[in-house]
Amino acid sequence: MKRSESNYWLIGTLASASVLCSGCGYGNQSALNNAGIQSERLGSLWWLFLAITGVVYVVVMALLIVAFFRVRRAGANSVPDIKPDPARERKVGNIIKVAVAVTAITLFALMITSFSAGRAIDSLSRSQDPLEIKVTGQQWWWQIEYQNPTPSNMVTTANEIHIPVGRPIKIDLVSHDVIHSFWLPNLHGKKDLIPNYPTTIYLQADEPGVYWGQCAEFCGYEHAKMRFMVVAEPPEDFQRWYAAAQQPSQNPSTDSQALGQQIFLKSVCAQCHTIQGTPANGRVGPDLTHVASKPYIASGSLQNDRENLMNWISDPQAIKPGIRMPMNTYSQDDLNALVDYIQSLK
Amino acid sequence: MKRTIGLIISLIFVSTFMACEREERGFRVQTPDANRINSTQLTSLSAGESAPQPPVKNEYEDNAFALSQGKQLFSQMNCVGCHAHGGGAIGPALMDKKWIYGSQPEQIFSTIVEGRPNGMPSFRGKLPDYEIWQLAAYVRSLSGLTPKTAAPGRNDDMQSREPENSTESQTPHRVTPPTLR
Repeated sequence: MKRSESNYWLIGTLASASVLCSGCGYGNQSALNNAGIQSERLGSLWWLFLAITGVVYVVVMALLIVAFFRVRRAGANSVPDIKPDPARERKVGNIIKVAVAVTAITLFALMITSFSAGRAIDSLSRSQDPLEIKVTGQQWWWQIEYQNPTPSNMVTTANEIHIPVGRPIKIDLVSHDVIHSFWLPNLHGKKDLIPNYPTTIYLQADEPGVYWGQCAEFCGYEHAKMRFMVVAEPPEDFQRWYAAAQQPSQNPSTDSQALGQQIFLKSVCAQCHTIQGTPANGRVGPDLTHVASKPYIASGSLQNDRENLMNWISDPQAIKPGIRMPMNTYSQDDLNALVDYIQSLK
Repeated sequence: MKRTIGLIISLIFVSTFMACEREERGFRVQTPDANRINSTQLTSLSAGESAPQPPVKNEYEDNAFALSQGKQLFSQMNCVGCHAHGGGAIGPALMDKKWIYGSQPEQIFSTIVEGRPNGMPSFRGKLPDYEIWQLAAYVRSLSGLTPKTAAPGRNDDMQSREPENSTESQTPHRVTPPTLR
């Protein structure tokens, strides 16, 4: 091989590798990058299946190739040999028996490992005192409600789930419009959200980190922009976050923020959005009480900065066409004030 | 023979595209001019010579997507809180033929925007115009006044009444508003 040719090979390999990895943003969102006991079991099951089926594939293909080249050469005029040869028949029969036995044993072993992985995954559902979270799939965002026996201690947020590391989490999945699917590959498999049929998923994160999840069942125009973020953090950090999330929104501290709050409450915004501590109590869109503390808006599709907020408020239909949020025409001053207020909602 | 086949094929072709408008989804659409609505008359009496108003056509009434958006809004904006799913409770029923403030698209639009005495709140500035037009279209579908080809055929939740596209068309009939007791 000439040198220039080998360079082409190298470039080609690198290019295809980079194409394969182009979906690898969002913190290595992968079912093989395990962060919890359940996805670890699923991951090892996947590797086991890959290894065994890989070996089977190689063996079958090798035998097939051997069979191709071992065709017995017969002369054009020779009579076909249709009289069975007892010794050869017995040999072939034994080979088939062994092959069937090996296949049955392999399948049985895989079934056992699959079953035990299933049991291990299900063991979380018997754990005492899980943290209960209700997740409602909406077109096209996730409503997150932390359940608590005392209603005033419940927390409602959107597209961002904070969980304590090492504690089992019980997630109740609900949908009121179409079928969605809750998929958090680093922690667990998929679970569908079916209208009028609540489902439950248990999971646990063993390593702190930020994991990305998304809707895995086509649900309409913005299915691809229906992401959510899971922040697994040490229990004390989680408690701190939860205590902050329970607080009502901050009061405006500057004139501009106060004007922004007035605009929010008097125009279309309050019709759909809730800001705790103000009369805004709409239930159609995400709760915005602490929206400024989030790194992303629009279900993980935009970074939460001033420019994106302005574009989002004035023309959300350009960013996520088809969503319920309408286009808004505010004067530049009003828009500035509104964004000032929204950015103050830490 | 050849001509017949050609005719059949072109008929199929035409009928395939007939339904295009029904499902058309405009996310940044123009709706009937809202300013014209402010002059909507609630009564046929007027000072001096009365000038007939040109009827306003709500193009959403032929559009299945807009009607279903209107249906969602009808729940989300809590219209069901008073009107139930058309049967009425605190507010008047919307699936019958009786209309206190008019059954025309622009009259329903202005009822939603302005609010009405005895309890109907005003949505002025609370919803963009196109969503109010979607609501107005859906309200008319409740009493079968929109084309059956576009009206919603199913409900997201359990519901006791027939879907809107099975509702028989009611002949609108003006009634006087009930007086407060």
